[in-house]
Amino acid sequence: MTPVADFNKEGLGNVLLVAVSVCLICSIVVSSAAVLLKPQQQINRELDRKQNVLRAAGMLPTDGSTDSEGRGVDELFKLFRVRAVILGSGEYTDSVDIESYDQTKASRMTDTSRDLTASEDIATLGRREHVALVYLLETEGVLDKVVLPVRGYGLWGTLFGYLAIEGDLETVAGLGFYSHKETPGLGGEVDNPNWKEQWPGVSLFDESGAPAVRLVKTRSAEGSTAATHEIDGLSGATMTSRGVENLVRFWTGELGYGPFLSKLAAVVSP
Amino acid sequence: MTTPKQVLIDPIFNNNPIALQVLGVCSALAVTVNMSTTLVMCAAVTFVTTMSNVFVSAVRNRVPTSIRIIVQMTLIASLVIVVDQILQAVAYDISKSLSVFVGLIITNCIVMGRAEAFAMQNGPWLSALDGFGNALGYSVVLIAVALVREPLGSGTLLGYEILPRVADGGFYHPNGLMLLAPSAFFIIGLFIWAIRSWKPDQVEVPTYEIAPNTQYREAM
Repeated sequence: MTPVADFNKEGLGNVLLVAVSVCLICSIVVSSAAVLLKPQQQINRELDRKQNVLRAAGMLPTDGSTDSEGRGVDELFKLFRVRAVILGSGEYTDSVDIESYDQTKASRMTDTSRDLTASEDIATLGRREHVALVYLLETEGVLDKVVLPVRGYGLWGTLFGYLAIEGDLETVAGLGFYSHKETPGLGGEVDNPNWKEQWPGVSLFDESGAPAVRLVKTRSAEGSTAATHEIDGLSGATMTSRGVENLVRFWTGELGYGPFLSKLAAVVSP
Repeated sequence: MTTPKQVLIDPIFNNNPIALQVLGVCSALAVTVNMSTTLVMCAAVTFVTTMSNVFVSAVRNRVPTSIRIIVQMTLIASLVIVVDQILQAVAYDISKSLSVFVGLIITNCIVMGRAEAFAMQNGPWLSALDGFGNALGYSVVLIAVALVREPLGSGTLLGYEILPRVADGGFYHPNGLMLLAPSAFFIIGLFIWAIRSWKPDQVEVPTYEIAPNTQYREAM
């Protein structure tokens, strides 16, 4: 027998040999790519998160990575103090590691989140985490801005973003979404800078302290109390507009950052 | 006998994977809203198609026929994951906007089609040329589509303003259809029409003919 005839390409031995070696080589290549590139990917993700916080607070233009004074993302972000907050009580906590805490992941685990009943769950979240991160910006010891991670269901999927509140803890400083699946040109207009421009200055709560933000078709007369809570809804995107309204109301309400904001307000202006 | 040059050049216009074979249309609809994601997608597909052809061709004499498709898929999938990881590390913003579509290169019919139809029968060097040529053909169509969609849809090209929009004080009302996937169907259709008018030998013979309408008189 010649060596060539000896080699049976279709035989079981060769099938197993080829399958095992292909899998082995491919898995080594894939896992080494994943492991080698992981540090850089984490840096990117972290930078992206910082950028989104800064953009919501209006400290960074939407299309650039430096502010008008040429300060970079890291430098600007250092101005913020990051704290973990227990949402139920509104107290600060040191029980989680701020550097590694993943709020979205925590909201999926049964031991780090709670179930929401249908009537509580206006933003269609399903579950809400116990601990949330807040970003505090203080200028010369005075609270200037608070940035809160928010999320809620729109039309096609969950919108993830940051809500920035002024130091008076009532007025919106900005709202921006960094991830959503809304229809481009319709619901996707939540990214439109012209629409987002309306958010700064909007008053979050009514006289009784309940969340009062509304996205409306026709705004109330200029100067009325109602008008201070209103934002133009997005044309052709009723579901997205409702989703945004609901998520802002949820996260500023009792189940969201409400307790934390009132505790903070008591500290800021006793 | 085809020359290496033909293997490389033919898929661009004579045997374009999108325009003639109508493969890989899915990602052509999805990523062509703006030019920068299109270019990255083209680069990713070019890399994957070329390299997968090389590897599949290199192992072709060793792979048993019964598991050849699985072996091809494993090689392609590994390459795609590597590309995805690299994109997340070096071009995070673009990888975010491409989202699932990098992963979906695995299912791009062009990659699998070239591996099975060409690389299984030819040596690594010719296969590399074939993969590269087909990816070029894919890229030509995608870039042409993005060239129409981005300026008409958002008034920009690669982020630079081409048509000043009304919203920014210009004259142009952006065409919302161009931002949605169906617009790419129209553009690809027009592209195929243009190619087949230029090269009439690509026109397919109709497989059946529609009968003439029933006349009013006959229906009575």
